[in-house]
Amino acid sequence: MTRADLLLALPILYPLAGVALSLLAWRRPLVQRGVSLAASFGLLLSAVMLVAAVYDGTVLATQFGAWPAPFGISFVGDMLSAAMVLITGLMAVAVGIYGLAGDASAREHAFYHPLYQGLLLGVTGAFLTGDIFNLYVWFEVMLISSFGLLALGGTKAQLDAGVKYVTLNLVVTTQFLIAVAFLYGATGTLNMADLARVLPTVENQGLVTVLALLFLVAFGAKAAVFPLFFWLPAAYHTASAPIVAIFAALLTKVGVYAILRTFTLMFDGDAGVTAPIVGIIAAATMITGVLGAAAHFDIRRILSFHIISQIGYMLLGIAIATPLAVGGAILYVIHHIVVKANLFLVAGAIHRAGGSFHLKEIGGLYRGLPLLAILFAIPALSLAGFPPLSGFWAKFGVIKASLDAGHLALAATGLAVGLLTLYSMVKIWNEAFWKAAPEMSVAAERRWTSEPGTRRLMLAPIVALAAITLTIGLWAEPFVDYSLRAGEQLLDKSAYINAVFPTETASGSHGREVAR
Amino acid sequence: MEPVFALAFGVMIAVAAYLILSRNVLRILLGLLVLGNAANLAIFLAGRLGSRVPPLVEAGETTIASSANPLPQALILTAIVISFSLVAFTAVLFETTHKRLGTLDPDAMREAETPPGSQRDGDEGRA
Repeated sequence: MTRADLLLALPILYPLAGVALSLLAWRRPLVQRGVSLAASFGLLLSAVMLVAAVYDGTVLATQFGAWPAPFGISFVGDMLSAAMVLITGLMAVAVGIYGLAGDASAREHAFYHPLYQGLLLGVTGAFLTGDIFNLYVWFEVMLISSFGLLALGGTKAQLDAGVKYVTLNLVVTTQFLIAVAFLYGATGTLNMADLARVLPTVENQGLVTVLALLFLVAFGAKAAVFPLFFWLPAAYHTASAPIVAIFAALLTKVGVYAILRTFTLMFDGDAGVTAPIVGIIAAATMITGVLGAAAHFDIRRILSFHIISQIGYMLLGIAIATPLAVGGAILYVIHHIVVKANLFLVAGAIHRAGGSFHLKEIGGLYRGLPLLAILFAIPALSLAGFPPLSGFWAKFGVIKASLDAGHLALAATGLAVGLLTLYSMVKIWNEAFWKAAPEMSVAAERRWTSEPGTRRLMLAPIVALAAITLTIGLWAEPFVDYSLRAGEQLLDKSAYINAVFPTETASGSHGREVAR
Repeated sequence: MEPVFALAFGVMIAVAAYLILSRNVLRILLGLLVLGNAANLAIFLAGRLGSRVPPLVEAGETTIASSANPLPQALILTAIVISFSLVAFTAVLFETTHKRLGTLDPDAMREAETPPGSQRDGDEGRA
């Protein structure tokens, strides 16, 4: 076993061990907590090692069971996957700590920790795999864990949301599987690096475009883009705060990652057809998300619609597909995961302190909790793209790239949606922190100050994530540099392909048809 | 044989779409089941039909020349297990929802998203 094998296997093994061990200890919540936190820290640590190994632009690859590619299942770590795994590790730890606060013991009796680690397992696997069928399997691991987490409380609203979430996601994942089947029928391979070599040689390029669109629908629904986003605002607001925070951080971003990976590695040949479609989808996604948010007064529903709106910016970068645009989209994903998870964590703290998620029922929190108000303002302003916070640099990259490419309408949409985002954030600020408090929220505020343990567990991750947002904003250079280099690496596929097929040149792949 | 299988795949997708669009969660569940099996059929079809020789390597040989394609079988086996477990979970979820909400019509389930006009939109916050 070489160093590359270990570096790529460890981020999978930690959450896998977390699932198994916390299931074994299912009668002992305290043991489960320890196991779950240890696994999350292990994931973070192994992700740091992975990023350090790929930082200079090398691509690591390993073949499981030592079957040579394309016969076995490859795992590949390039700069994008490593960054995604690192941010997953960060979220795992932050939300994991937050999840110990409040009504944690009720969750823990319903297999919260095994499901949480299962979600991380699926997400990490999806980021690292180099095999399209294996990607489907990781999607399912992620999905079944998210089903369980969503229905964890068993309230009526959660069951209702679960019916819709489960049905729509199952249909979409099955459609993904059918697309994989057609892709295999057309090319005879499932290895993504091999597909990158074989797809340009397929005679019927129209078929390749159809396949690309099938994958766009499947991944687009996962990423909650227009018009396939309905499952997200129907479900997210019913789950409890730590669960919705990890959902908001990771689930849709796996869809974005899958689009980014397949459309730079495999389906980059027919940009003339797909790029304009992705551009239109991006604009429509930004607009519908932000308008949906403007109509709501439940903090969680406002934030859920903003997930959709922000996905539009990432797609915008993918549609433009210049090095700056792809780099900007990668920075956007990284920034967004931190900010969005943090906003949902703050929403949970507001609920704890104010007694409700509904803006009409809370108020005046600034007077008693100025720290929470500031901790809300940092991610909220970053989401809207205020300089010098992280959102500014991410938006700047994507919009600069669309201006450079001459897509003025798309750039204008991005800027206008940024303003409307600010409207929603100011609405939450005014209603929750600024206006006079209604009667009931005063009692809740007293409860918040009377439980220091819960308060610390909730505030520590919020402070840490806000610090990351500030760091990306004020010391942007290394993050921007990393994202741009990751984008260049994505657009130049040779490093990825050579890592999976080290001995061959980039052309020869004969003998596969016969053996398969 | 391929056209027959392709036609069967199309019919199964149509049946699944019809069932999933209905207003009864039991039919939706059956639709998901048919859809999952349609996907399995697509994988089987994509692996080329033809030889029925089992993909076993004879003693002394290192390759097999004219056997059935083993890869789709491995893929389908994986997909069957996954779709079976997901459908089982879905059945339990639908059953629990039916018990708690007293309806089989997903359109009548309005706990998470209340229709426009009502004061509170599905706030579980104080529960």
